[in-house]
Amino acid sequence: MIQVSAATPALEAIGIHKRFGRVVANDDVNLRVEKGRIHALLGENGAGKSTLVNILFGLYRADRGEVRVAGEVVELNRPRDAIDRGIGMVHQHFQLVPVLTVAENVVLGDEPSHSHTVLNVGAAKRAVQELGERYGLEVDPEAVVEDLPVGTQQRVEILRSLYRRADVLILDEPTAVLTPQETDQLLEVLRGLADQGVAIVFITHKLREVLAIADEVTVMRDGQVVGSTTPGETDEAGLAEMMVGRSVVLRVSKAPASPAATVLRVNDLCVDDDRGLRAVDELSLEVRAGEILGVAGVEGNGQRELVEAVTGLRSVVSGIVEMDGHNITGLSPRQISELGMAHIPENREKHGLVGAHSVADNLVLNQYYRAPFARRGFRQMDTVTEYSRSLVAAYDIRTPDVSTPARALSGGNKQKTIAAREFSHGARLLVAAQPTRGIDVGSIEFVHQQLIDQRDRGLAVLLISAELDEILSLSDRIGVIYRGRLVVVTDASDLDRIRIGRIMTTGSHDTPAT
Amino acid sequence: MGLVMADDAKGRNVLAAILYRGRWWLVTGALLVAFTLWTAEFHQAQTTAILASTLRHSTPLVLGALCGMLGERSGVINIGIEGQMLMSAWAGFMVASATGDLLTGVVAGVAVGMLMGAVLAGISVGLRGDQIIAGTVLNIAAIGITSFFFTQGRTLPSGKIQPIRLGPLADLPVAGRVLFSNKPITYLTLLLVPVVWFGLFRTTWGLRTRAVGEHPSAAETVGISVVGMRYLNLILGGGIAGLAGAYLSLEAVGSFERGMTNGKGFVALAVMIFGRWNPVGAWGAALLFGYASAVQTQFQFRDWLTSDPQFVGMIPFVVTIVVLAGFVGRARPPASIGQPYSRE
Repeated sequence: MIQVSAATPALEAIGIHKRFGRVVANDDVNLRVEKGRIHALLGENGAGKSTLVNILFGLYRADRGEVRVAGEVVELNRPRDAIDRGIGMVHQHFQLVPVLTVAENVVLGDEPSHSHTVLNVGAAKRAVQELGERYGLEVDPEAVVEDLPVGTQQRVEILRSLYRRADVLILDEPTAVLTPQETDQLLEVLRGLADQGVAIVFITHKLREVLAIADEVTVMRDGQVVGSTTPGETDEAGLAEMMVGRSVVLRVSKAPASPAATVLRVNDLCVDDDRGLRAVDELSLEVRAGEILGVAGVEGNGQRELVEAVTGLRSVVSGIVEMDGHNITGLSPRQISELGMAHIPENREKHGLVGAHSVADNLVLNQYYRAPFARRGFRQMDTVTEYSRSLVAAYDIRTPDVSTPARALSGGNKQKTIAAREFSHGARLLVAAQPTRGIDVGSIEFVHQQLIDQRDRGLAVLLISAELDEILSLSDRIGVIYRGRLVVVTDASDLDRIRIGRIMTTGSHDTPAT
Repeated sequence: MGLVMADDAKGRNVLAAILYRGRWWLVTGALLVAFTLWTAEFHQAQTTAILASTLRHSTPLVLGALCGMLGERSGVINIGIEGQMLMSAWAGFMVASATGDLLTGVVAGVAVGMLMGAVLAGISVGLRGDQIIAGTVLNIAAIGITSFFFTQGRTLPSGKIQPIRLGPLADLPVAGRVLFSNKPITYLTLLLVPVVWFGLFRTTWGLRTRAVGEHPSAAETVGISVVGMRYLNLILGGGIAGLAGAYLSLEAVGSFERGMTNGKGFVALAVMIFGRWNPVGAWGAALLFGYASAVQTQFQFRDWLTSDPQFVGMIPFVVTIVVLAGFVGRARPPASIGQPYSRE
């Protein structure tokens, strides 16, 4: 073992260069991570953060530059090299095997065994339990990973690194998939790990989290480190400006709503989930033209089923969905779309876009079959191209060409593509589920502004989001969904973060008697 | 106290789950057992014949299914089992015929099966080719090669493999003939079922195999070689398919015929799916298929329903269709099968 002096950083990257084809992803990047400290790596999507940590974890090889672990220059050619050096990584897309148990996932690759052959399942379970108790990460070792909520799966990922004795833990956008409550729990766990001496690299583009948890901050933009600071020296606006390179509007400014006639009316709606369990339970709501109704709630409380039922993607058990006074319950998604409903789905990769198709085809996905995009069953490709070029320009979609496959776009540009399509067919109602999940600050700003603009033009908006800030800054009225029921619907001004958070987790808006 | 109660509840849930999930098996099994007992009542010899024949028919299916399972559990579809079996049947027969030694023949069959597995791995894992096409290549190549190099009129100088009677057990009524006076590859198959099950679900190799088949990049990030595991499994599986081939030519028939696998490699795939990628399940499924074949053979043997022999001949295939139509939709294959893996 090497003696580590207090001044030696746990992990150091010096002069890292990496290019992919003509794109320079990392340009002379330096990073210094100290033992027992939480180091936030901040930057927009495409700034080069993921490239850097993938180099640190041995997934990519740097073209130039060196990596030092505890002062020693190391060669990291594959993840195994990094793991053996005590570097652990929690990937943005979890690297867990869904059908295996927690214990199996944690020990996979370094299994405790009898004579290197027969699995020692008992030892694996004990290891998970002991690590869990030691670091405050209790998870049932026998649970099957796919049955666990996302936040718990993430704990399993962390446990897996700790099991391999990681003393540097890299987390790639760990909060992108978490609810506010899960985020708070994660930050607490990370603080605990740092107190026990683990060095933590925390990648994010959420400013609040950086200020809440980081000891040091390194900001990246366009493949370069543009600055280092500490939360004490800066604030949200300062960080945002460093990250984007210009000042950013963090709070959307909006005029008071002037709601008109009711567009969407949902009455006593009951919907079952995939397993046949009641997910939406006698839920009623109304959205009027020119207002945004925000539905807050911890994920898994029936939001997905509600959205799918309203948009015609899931069959309804009982109850009525009406749009502009017409009963649309049981109509097909296309019929509903033609009646004037726009939908920004929660999972943009899976339900929002056809990844292999061009940006142009994706922009006409809800109209390709009818005039002017098709005549007598033949597609009018010139019209499609022309139309999609105009949308690409109007919505500032960054793509080499409209013929580029949609999956090649960044998250933010994918979302802009969906927004452009859904805002451009004369819809009366927009159902937007998690519209800014996992996209960069610049795109969030854009999507938020679009939602407000569309509202001001008289669109009725049903916004479902797990981001409390998003609900609070956009909504005119707020409802909280809890176990398939809408617990409270009230003017946005009546609620604050703390009260909504309490209703989200307890289902009750009474102050608990403590 | 709370813990004990929780454990107890868990135990009951597991039992309930087994009963629930296995209810088809229970119903089918109970019906077959009742039917068999009923026939045994007035015709013991015939019942014994059917049961013994069931086991014989099931042997190549179980082995083929185990071969397919090793591949698919690690993420590679193997539709070339038919070709692997045929090549091994041919190679085993030719070697046994030339050397006069049956064991050498069996070893040659297994070796050729492993070689076929390595070819499949080379195309579908090494070169990241389409797995279906790789398997089809094996099947077509096997038909061509075995037909071209097969010389008519060759025989086995020592005759085919003979049964081994397991002492006094072999003298038991019914069970003695059905279970305890079989030939070596049949015994070996009965042994391989629990061995492969234990391997897949109780060893580090099995855990890694399943991880590679479900989520290869997750396995790679913890230092497991996805390519290495897939090669290993396809070669092991090829060896098992080779054993099935040797069974056909050296143990069951005693000679080689063109196309003698006669679709067993594909039925084995159905058996694997019906058995839900589980060796024990596949064994049960193979017994069901074997039973259907045995009944069909008996019908022909006894000249029953001879006015419509085609209908009798259909029995095993009808069972395949019914079973697959009813079950495939509900079974869940390993998540990554069919997708070539590359690191970046």
